[in-house]
Amino acid sequence: MTMQLSRSDAEDFLIKEAALLDAWKLEEWAELFTEDGEYLVPATDDPDGKPGASLFLIYDDRHRLGERAKRLLKKTAHAESPHSRTRHMTSNVAVGDSSNGTIAVSCNFVVFRSRMEVTNIYPGHAEYLLISNGSGLRIRSKKAVLDVDALRPHGKISIIL
Amino acid sequence: MMNGHKASSQELSRLVIDDRRDARFKVHRSAFVSDEILALERERVFGKCWLYLGHSSELKQPGDFISRRVGGRPLLYTRDRDNKLNALYNTCAHRGALVCRERSGNRRAFTCGYHAWTFDEKGRFVGMPGREALPPDATDNCKLDLIHVERLEEFKGFVFVCYDKNAMSLPDYLAGAGEYLAYVADQGAGGMEIVTGTQDYCVGANWKLLQENSADGYHGVPTHSTYFDYLRSRDSTNFATMNSRGWVKNLGNGHAVSESIGLLPWGRPYARWVPGWGEAAKVEVEALNKEIMERLGPERGNVVANGDRNLLIFPNLVVNDVMATTIRTFYPVKPDHMEVSAWCIAPAGESATSRDRRLRNFVEFLGPAGFATPDDVEMLELCQRGYANLEAAPYNDISRGMLSNAPTKTDELQMRTFWRRWRQLVSGDPSLELVGP
Ligand code: FES
Ligand SMILES: [Fe+2]
Repeated sequence: MTMQLSRSDAEDFLIKEAALLDAWKLEEWAELFTEDGEYLVPATDDPDGKPGASLFLIYDDRHRLGERAKRLLKKTAHAESPHSRTRHMTSNVAVGDSSNGTIAVSCNFVVFRSRMEVTNIYPGHAEYLLISNGSGLRIRSKKAVLDVDALRPHGKISIIL
Repeated sequence: MMNGHKASSQELSRLVIDDRRDARFKVHRSAFVSDEILALERERVFGKCWLYLGHSSELKQPGDFISRRVGGRPLLYTRDRDNKLNALYNTCAHRGALVCRERSGNRRAFTCGYHAWTFDEKGRFVGMPGREALPPDATDNCKLDLIHVERLEEFKGFVFVCYDKNAMSLPDYLAGAGEYLAYVADQGAGGMEIVTGTQDYCVGANWKLLQENSADGYHGVPTHSTYFDYLRSRDSTNFATMNSRGWVKNLGNGHAVSESIGLLPWGRPYARWVPGWGEAAKVEVEALNKEIMERLGPERGNVVANGDRNLLIFPNLVVNDVMATTIRTFYPVKPDHMEVSAWCIAPAGESATSRDRRLRNFVEFLGPAGFATPDDVEMLELCQRGYANLEAAPYNDISRGMLSNAPTKTDELQMRTFWRRWRQLVSGDPSLELVGP
């Protein structure tokens, strides 16, 4: 079956995702994923590495990404307590091929994170595999590839990109 | 820190108060903020100690190279055409530019971008444009070669350099820590290798705070409760074993280990299956465990496969063999800022399923986007911010377990072992004690 997804529909969906993240509605963000969804961030020195063969920064299955969302909402997630303020910018959205019921969508992103009077910038591009069912789009896979050589000066990724 | 005058050896040694009568151990917070102390550390610690350069598996073929900063110095780590490992200062003999700008690759020649002097992978000068403008003997006696780091030695695949040509041998330096590196080297029947993908990050805190933190069993529950929540949600473990406090050993020369065997709640990729991995994984984990037991015998096999260890090698190498095995090193950029690099070491040639399980398991806790390390980073940065109050509140307390004959992971002997060696080197007084409660 082939599916049609317009660029503007894809963009609307990514804007909605970004808004959930910036509003710290992280559990609602996790619910955007399918039951077998995954969230990936490769190492900064191996952006083309394969999960399971290269050491990633984030290699979350559906359970772990849900727990990541829950964790970050706890006061005891010290790196985000009190929460940072984030601003997710999404652009250059492109709809790629669809196969086996999934549609490839890519975009560029910049995430600003501010906390304790320091602002860090996370630039990169993201590759999504989306699934369209009757009630809308779901994320089967999200891979965020950073354009930095090292997490310096960031020190960490304690937010969701 | 010392009001403008140069600190004497005595003043420096008093930064660490090792009061055995009252069982109090304190470190003056100026050790974390002072530029003068950092300059002394560069000279007396990073200039004298053996420092981790990399693993031999990172350079597989002749011509493979990695450029890496070690102790703030840019080095070129190469495997040459004779299969020998080299550590060269990455700086051109002409005007000093880095001769290699890439992170890694394979080459037999490095041409400086500035005026095109060229060197081979052993550092030998091989050519320049317009050679005739220099006297005929200008290149005699290796005068224009890249300079080799004073010392390079390998111990079971772990490659170290030292900037002091008179330093003791690496095995002597490692002392009791060598045995613990050997436990890591023994995990794989066919040797060990570094997995691609480096976790390069930084912490806005003094470098010594990370050495302290890396084997600090006392902070586990308060700092990382959300990680344990994750394990509970996945494995429904009841964590009866969480109270195991293991033991800690002084391994000599400032090195220490905290250790327990078979008791912690997380999975280990070749020894301790957890329900969250599924039934199919159980069969493979058991087979891997059996291989280790048969190859090493039950006693050593049990230590290698079932032991969880946080190994601190002075001054700045951490080998944590926990839910995966990580090698971590870090260097000060400023008193309140360090750069960290961490790798995953794994049995060479392990199955794709085992490697996958290991890498998933690694990042559930470890690394700058795991469920735990970001909170360590946060805590270290909060400590550093707190030191702005050092005039009013001048000392850190590191006294836990000083009265104990059997210190555990939640005591602080591992930190005291570090600080005693640090004090000896920074003050330049070799008579100061390295062994103590
Ligand atoms: S600085 Fe390297 S050739 Fe001149
Ligand atoms: Fe920690």
